[in-house]
Amino acid sequence: MSLLSVEGIGISFGGLVAVDNVGFNVEAGQVFSIIGPNGAGKTTLFNLVTGIYKPLRGRVSMAGEDVTSLAPHLLAKRGMSRTFQNLQIFFRMTALENVMVGRHMAERSSLLSDILGLPTAGRQNALTRDAAMALLARVGLTDVAEATAGSLSYGVLKRLEIARALAAEPKVLLLDEPAAGCNAVETEAIDHLIGEIAKSGVAVVLIEHDMKLVMKISDRVLVLAQGRHLAEGPPREVRENPAVIAAYLGEHGTREADRAHG
Amino acid sequence: MAAKLLNSRLATLVFLAIIIGVIPYLAPSAFYLRVAAVVWVFALAALGLTVLMGYAGQVSLGHAGFLGIGGYAVAIGPAQFGLHPALCLLIGAVIAGVLAFLVGRPILKLKGYYLAIATLGFGVILSLVFHSESQWTGGPDGMQVARVTLFGWRLSGSANWYWVTGGALLIGAWLALNIGASPTGRALKALHDSEVAAAGSGIDVSAKKLAAFVIGAVYAAVAGGLLAAMNGLITPDAAGFMHSIELVAMVIIGGLGSVLGAVVGAAFLVVLPQALTFMHDYEQAVLGFLIMAFMIFLPAGIVPTVRKWLLERLS
Repeated sequence: MSLLSVEGIGISFGGLVAVDNVGFNVEAGQVFSIIGPNGAGKTTLFNLVTGIYKPLRGRVSMAGEDVTSLAPHLLAKRGMSRTFQNLQIFFRMTALENVMVGRHMAERSSLLSDILGLPTAGRQNALTRDAAMALLARVGLTDVAEATAGSLSYGVLKRLEIARALAAEPKVLLLDEPAAGCNAVETEAIDHLIGEIAKSGVAVVLIEHDMKLVMKISDRVLVLAQGRHLAEGPPREVRENPAVIAAYLGEHGTREADRAHG
Repeated sequence: MAAKLLNSRLATLVFLAIIIGVIPYLAPSAFYLRVAAVVWVFALAALGLTVLMGYAGQVSLGHAGFLGIGGYAVAIGPAQFGLHPALCLLIGAVIAGVLAFLVGRPILKLKGYYLAIATLGFGVILSLVFHSESQWTGGPDGMQVARVTLFGWRLSGSANWYWVTGGALLIGAWLALNIGASPTGRALKALHDSEVAAAGSGIDVSAKKLAAFVIGAVYAAVAGGLLAAMNGLITPDAAGFMHSIELVAMVIIGGLGSVLGAVVGAAFLVVLPQALTFMHDYEQAVLGFLIMAFMIFLPAGIVPTVRKWLLERLS
């Protein structure tokens, strides 16, 4: 049984079919990448899986349990975390506080003890802070812990989002373009980090435009084009699939590429 | 060190306690204590909005409605049912909390302007009820509130009320500071910045918003009860739209999300009209002009601006 299983999922926006009958399975410890040209429906697919959009058709299940259309916070409780293509950072909070929010589900203090400032709330704060600091260290952001998130660079915020998502101790982690806007060194670090996360038994689903990164770290790759399943398989197989090449480069581009290859 | 002190909860409380403690020794007459007591009461109501607007980022343009509920509870309870005013203060807070819970569920699904209009409508309804249910509320003229006796001690005079309201404000500030520094406060501030990311972190966004709304309502109701008991009178005006706007203006001028800011904002909007009375006909215009000037030059609000300035000086 797969940790994350998506079957025949689909949604339309005002007559436009954005995602149509897409399915895939991701196992624990696997890096599963979703690629495709701009507008292929990758992020929409993420939004369907993570409960932000309600699918018109299809089913999402985690470890065999149906979680289709569950609210995002309930999905998070089931062990699903994600990052966002267009950063969703708590800009007015510090980097540390951003990650502390990610620990929300692990926090055990009631509203009453929070209001009254009981020692339980204070102890919980200390525990959360320690866990968050450890995560910041893991993504290499210890030195900006106390900086306001709004003042940090794009590449740093991308890693901060990963730290926040990890703070929830997810079983399934969806990363939407984690290396976008990162330089080569930062991409290298993210590549390494994703590998480590997968090794710890998390099912990682990745949307990424950096093909070098995708081909290097993915166990399987799903190619979307115009909201549809175009191809799926190990990176090498997908890369050589003529339909995939055509989708990326177009008919004309494919001919050009052939000519270039001789 | 200095930065730590400026950000600590205890420092804020001690600072507020010193201000409250010192004013009676500086005030030249009972009238000043009276004005200060009114400031403390409105600051308490504004603190509720600090939690709702400042922390959670949810606007309410009907908050004075809850103020009215607290006020009328303290007026109606003793007059109609012979209940003790202190008990009525509690009952008013509970009624406001329950009402906020019931109304908040559908209303808080709305965002931004839509939420503002919905809360405005709610405030208008409450104000109309206080106006028209004259067999209970005395209608547009309002009603008298019986003098309060606590443990055989008759609570009257500016000095007594000064200490009661000042104490209530200190407790309210302490609770608001606790919330701000707790997991709940973090969740509220998180959903303020990004609801999607907050939900993705497992935060039940609508439940947290509702909690903030209920807390805000309880603050306003307690403040309203104190205001009515102190004035010996409550009118539908107290629950009116203008008061709701004033409360919002207080938290914004003082500094959104700052506990001390709510107090400073309340002082600004209570004291300034008194101080401007010498301008006679131009009083309102000057007040409006000053509000505009403060918003243009201190958009972050008075307290956060001063705090930032101090931090830069000290570091």
